[in-house]
Amino acid sequence: MSVLLEVRDLQTHFFTSDGVVRAVDGVSFDLLRGEMLGIVGESGCGKSVTALSILRLIAPETGRIVGGSIRFGGRELITLSNEEMRGLRGHNISMVFQEPMTSLNPVLNVGTQIAESVVRHLRLPWRAAHDRAREMLELVKIPDPKQRLGEYPHQLSGGMRQRVMIAMALCCNPQVLIADEPTTALDVTIQAQILNLMLDLKEKLGTAIILITHDLGVVAETCERVFVMYAGRMVEQAPVASLFARPRHPYTRGLLRALPRADTVSDRTGARPRLTEIPGIVPALTRPMPGCPFVPRCGFAVERCRVSNPALTEAAASHLVACWETGRVAEAVA
Amino acid sequence: MSAPVSLEVEDLVKHFPVRSGLLQRQRGVVRAVDGVSFSISRGETLGLVGESGCGKTTLSRMVMKLIEPTSGRIRLGGVDVTALSPRAMWEHRRRVQIVFQDPYASLNPRLSAGTIVGEPLENFRLATGRDKDRRVADLFIRVGLRPESMQRYPHEFSGGQRQRLGIAKALSVNPDLIVADEPVSALDVSVRAQVLNLMIALQDELRVAYLFVSHDLAVVRHVSHRIAVMYLGRIVELADKRALFANPLHPYSEALLAAAPVPDPTRRGTKRMILEGDVPSPMRPPSGCRFHTRCPYAEPACRVNDPPLIEVAPGHQVACLKRPAGGAVRPLAARAGRIVG
Repeated sequence: MSVLLEVRDLQTHFFTSDGVVRAVDGVSFDLLRGEMLGIVGESGCGKSVTALSILRLIAPETGRIVGGSIRFGGRELITLSNEEMRGLRGHNISMVFQEPMTSLNPVLNVGTQIAESVVRHLRLPWRAAHDRAREMLELVKIPDPKQRLGEYPHQLSGGMRQRVMIAMALCCNPQVLIADEPTTALDVTIQAQILNLMLDLKEKLGTAIILITHDLGVVAETCERVFVMYAGRMVEQAPVASLFARPRHPYTRGLLRALPRADTVSDRTGARPRLTEIPGIVPALTRPMPGCPFVPRCGFAVERCRVSNPALTEAAASHLVACWETGRVAEAVA
Repeated sequence: MSAPVSLEVEDLVKHFPVRSGLLQRQRGVVRAVDGVSFSISRGETLGLVGESGCGKTTLSRMVMKLIEPTSGRIRLGGVDVTALSPRAMWEHRRRVQIVFQDPYASLNPRLSAGTIVGEPLENFRLATGRDKDRRVADLFIRVGLRPESMQRYPHEFSGGQRQRLGIAKALSVNPDLIVADEPVSALDVSVRAQVLNLMIALQDELRVAYLFVSHDLAVVRHVSHRIAVMYLGRIVELADKRALFANPLHPYSEALLAAAPVPDPTRRGTKRMILEGDVPSPMRPPSGCRFHTRCPYAEPACRVNDPPLIEVAPGHQVACLKRPAGGAVRPLAARAGRIVG
């Protein structure tokens, strides 16, 4: 599969009264055409900032991309003018946010909101754009699409609003859809509907999807590849099966072991075994970290980890990890 | 289960009036909780699961007596607390404590951590001065915080540490029951494990009962002994957690279990019962069985008859017309047509 989006050594910093926050600190990855890629990590790991950086949506008053490169279809996005970037957003690369209520315009009806982007990007007349909006609502399986076109966001349920967001994101046939926690605000049965819809549309339209989530379950059920971020850095990149079967970074291993598992002893005996904890907390991103950022919480750390930051290297087929001691980590899992 | 009963709730109902217009005329009622009965024993965790609007929060607020039930009974340690005098209510308030979801919003930012944790001790006149400080320090150690951090303020603590403060505060007055309303939902996975381990260890040691409210099935499955599944103001299934997960009898429980993402890619696509549509409004719950509008197995009778919660196996209660007592306990999925994947 060919590479659609190429991110190299991306660095996005925020400038606060406490100092420089290195929210994204040298992130590199490729997005392949038509794939579903998961980016996981905990609050503050830089996954959302990575997404916003790709779309150049970092508010200039607070932060900016200070280094690296983002190439999309041969074009460097970091140096594009704001006008060129606006032509790209919602057209070639679009985004779905976590909270559909706050990301829809409350005073425009659904049809107009979708049609707006069709008129702008595809330069269709309004009437044709409204037809397109209706088609999109059908595509995302909203019942009575014709009637829904005239409704306002507050008249829709959370699940329906997220469907509208997806319709809006996909109306110009983007090559890339970035979905930032698209189901986190939804109930589980609705989450299942939306994830199914996204998988369905990916097959139908061939859109590559970057799914940003904190939920390893969602990744396991939907993605082909998964990247794990910690403290602004990519620590592991692997095919989903490989990552869950044999995590090679101590942080990934810790995350998987910290999850309450369905089929543990607890179900046979009714006992409640201790979950494996990751001790400590995430480091402050204001201090430069010469070594691996996970060191203070890592059971595998050796002296080298404190002084030198490991680069992402291939540890197994298509399985990249940034860890000096990954050999021991992989052994420990087996 | 021979442990003494801690909390007993009988046919609890809460209807909220809906008013609108200039004269604020009542336009209807939201049937937030509509006839719910269960009990929790000493040292036991009852998990309460369900989606937004199912009534789980209203139910837990009634147990706390933060809102008055429309009808029904609440007994705590055998004492009816539904209509207590204000003086007697005082004691009830000590015996039931709460741990909130959001450790950022539920701690007073202007009080030191030690003051926050010690406040209930003072309110209930259980300890003051040196004695209080000593007990607070003990509580800090018990929940895994350093006693030196008593002087610090909430913003100096991480999310997980704040939740430890909330737990310490709840424990300070030796409650019989702790209502934990989504206590780990705001926490990251790595910290969540720490807090769950703490809650379980404390329960095993102190025999406090938990009413553990959560939308996260994996978490509920881990901490609970028994689980109640709610839908539109009713308990539709209540069972030992092993029985519920091995053999969910209510179609809604089955759908909830199927919808929860499993962090195991090898099991992808093995089980997928995806419900269609949204939860109906609790202002106008459907006739008959409230789940019939989304139920893949619904029959005409389900539209008319409202199934009661009945015991179909020892300790396993379900409210479904297609589940008569002693009926087949084969999972419905085995013979259903509308299963995807």
